[in-house]
Amino acid sequence: MQQVFTKSMARNIFLGGAAFFLIIYLVLTYDSWQQIPKRDHADQMTPAVIAGKYLVDTHDCIGCHTINGEGSYYAPELGNVYKRRGGAFIEAWIRAQPTGVAGRRQMPQFNFTQSQLDDIVAYLKWLSNIDTNNWPPNIQG
Amino acid sequence: MKYSSQKVAMPYFIAALALFFGQIVFGLIAGLQYLDGTFLFPDLPFNVTRMSHTNLLIVWLLMAFMGAAYYIVPEEAQTELYSPKLALVTFWVFLAAAALTLAGYLFVPYSQLAAMTGDAILPTMGRGYLEQPLPTKIGIVLVALSLLFNVTMTLIKGRKTSLNLILIGSLWGLALLFLPAFYFPDDTVKASYGWWWIVHGWVEGDWELILGALLGFILIKMTGVDREIVEKWLYIIIAMTLMTGIIGIGHHYYYIGAPAYWIWLGSIFSALEPIPFLLLVAFAFKMLLQRRREHPNKAAMLWALATPIVAFLGAGLWGFMITLAPVQYYTHGTNFTAAHGHLAFFGAYAMVSLSIISYAMPLLRGREANSPSAQRWEMTGFWIMVFSMIVITLALTGAGIVTAFLQRSGDNPLGFMQVQDKERVFFWIREFAGLGFFSGLLVYLGSFFISGEYDYASEAKQALSA
Ligand code: HEC
Ligand code: HEM
Ligand code: HEM
Ligand SMILES: [Fe+2]
Repeated sequence: MQQVFTKSMARNIFLGGAAFFLIIYLVLTYDSWQQIPKRDHADQMTPAVIAGKYLVDTHDCIGCHTINGEGSYYAPELGNVYKRRGGAFIEAWIRAQPTGVAGRRQMPQFNFTQSQLDDIVAYLKWLSNIDTNNWPPNIQG
Repeated sequence: MKYSSQKVAMPYFIAALALFFGQIVFGLIAGLQYLDGTFLFPDLPFNVTRMSHTNLLIVWLLMAFMGAAYYIVPEEAQTELYSPKLALVTFWVFLAAAALTLAGYLFVPYSQLAAMTGDAILPTMGRGYLEQPLPTKIGIVLVALSLLFNVTMTLIKGRKTSLNLILIGSLWGLALLFLPAFYFPDDTVKASYGWWWIVHGWVEGDWELILGALLGFILIKMTGVDREIVEKWLYIIIAMTLMTGIIGIGHHYYYIGAPAYWIWLGSIFSALEPIPFLLLVAFAFKMLLQRRREHPNKAAMLWALATPIVAFLGAGLWGFMITLAPVQYYTHGTNFTAAHGHLAFFGAYAMVSLSIISYAMPLLRGREANSPSAQRWEMTGFWIMVFSMIVITLALTGAGIVTAFLQRSGDNPLGFMQVQDKERVFFWIREFAGLGFFSGLLVYLGSFFISGEYDYASEAKQALSA
């Protein structure tokens, strides 16, 4: 007699397979949660870093830039910009926007205060020290 | 259309198409800003154009999915919708929330919008696709709850087909997977890790179930194939989706600070993610070959058969090209990603939405199919849009490859802006193909205004005399 593959067998594979892999994912996520704070030096997340992160989020920097490759592809990578440019350049750069060069892509003027700029730089510095498995391949991001 | 309450799907479908139109307009502006960085600056900075483009995409797809649910669930359950009135009120709430949010993006600087809407109390803003202010996010949850209540109550009082269970189950999944939008920890790595629960969880998990259910419904209706066969296929397809896609989320964890074991797990499992898309192609064509009737709505059949193919190309093939860790090392966060994002979103979710609209709209307007001339317009629009989107994809792929070589490798890698300059030709091609897409969209929308319905008698006479 021919063994028939029925709909309810297909449904059980779906339910069982989904549940099985979901549990594996949850276990892996638990482990990742233990490791991430070490890889990103969460102990160095000072109040300035956290304040800087909030400014980066609420000004939608990732609407033009990427951070560790996530975001938009219109402007340079910010995950390693601290290593590429250094804190002084970044502050001066943000203050000097927009460049107004005809036709060139523009970044808005956000009118940050000095202490806000310090916070943003602190956050970008923290970002640049995350262990990202050696990504990006070089300093250009 | 068998139940009068299915009519509430109509405003959802019409709004979906209007928002689709808006999405493309912002896409064209964003594409132009790539080439002329001062275009509309500072009134409309690129990031605002972009969030308008991507959020309109998500909203119109959700509109189409909801319309589809209100259309399909009663027909499958063989009973009227639990509350058509609630569905209609929900429609207007959703549309108003979307319009207000868009106005907020366009007329209020983003940081001020955050300050005005209580982002400091519960930070949620400033992530891709999740740019909406807190009140909008809460509104989305309420709209979802209303939909879920309505369709679940309909299911409870009616026939419980597997297809309906898959559809309604995946709508619950869609809403549940949105909840991490309210989780935005200070730790950027954990934030990214959790952001993918929504983005990857939707497009490479839950939404594939919706995709399967909508295609399954259309194919049952149009080919007359036995539902048992269709539903068995559906279970196999969605089993493959989740068995590859859940651990496949690891393809987003290679280079963001997550542990290194994701490089192996993500590469192996995500490399298998094209399988369900391939099965979807096989399924659609098998149903076509086994069809028991010739449905007069040729345009809907074209959409329904092309959807799995373009979805396979965009998600399966283009996704595969960037999913293995050693390749992604060079392509991560380049326009190669955007190439894949465009063809996958269009091929899978835009096209399945247009498929169900193509199938259901004539029925909602009281005819089995549109007149042959209206269908010809629709199919012309189809071909122009599909062709243009493939050109857009190829252009963005070219740009991504140039970045991989000039900026990401070699002994003297060039800076970002210098490399972008060398890619201008690709951005021009993308923009012209975008204009092509826009003209295809106009032709497509025009088909709705060609009156008349499918007339069996005259079609038969023509066929005989030919
Ligand atoms: C509307 C788009 C846009 C937004 C939003 C934006 N930027 Fe930029 N940014 C750019 C562009 C474009 C460039 C490159 C301009 C050039 O080279 O002329 C740039 C360059 C930079 C640079 C220099 C990078 C380098 O490698 O030279 C830094 C640093 C920077 N942006 C930080 C930020 C921060 C921080 C935010 C959020 C507070 C932000 N940007 C928001 C568009 C934007
Ligand atoms: C027709 C012309 C279109 C043009 C010119 C266009 C242009 C753009 C541009 C410039 C971006 C921003 C890329 C960046 O971050 O640098 C973008 C993003 C995006 N667009 Fe389009 N778009 C078009 C149509 C579409 C369609 C039809 C869809 C889907 C159905 C779509 C889906 C998306 C998605 C998902 C993103 C985010 C991509 C990512 O983050 O990788 N677009 N588009
Ligand atoms: C219809 C289904 C799919 C859709 C709509 C889709 C859409 C997208 C989008 C929009 C992004 C960009 C996200 C961002 O950073 O903003 C993305 C990234 C990605 N997708 Fe998909 N995708 C689909 C299926 C797949 C499949 C099946 C695979 C693998 C075979 C895949 C592999 C990837 C990878 C590896 C990335 C990360 C790219 C990077 O590192 O920059 N996708 N996808
Ligand atoms: Fe993914």
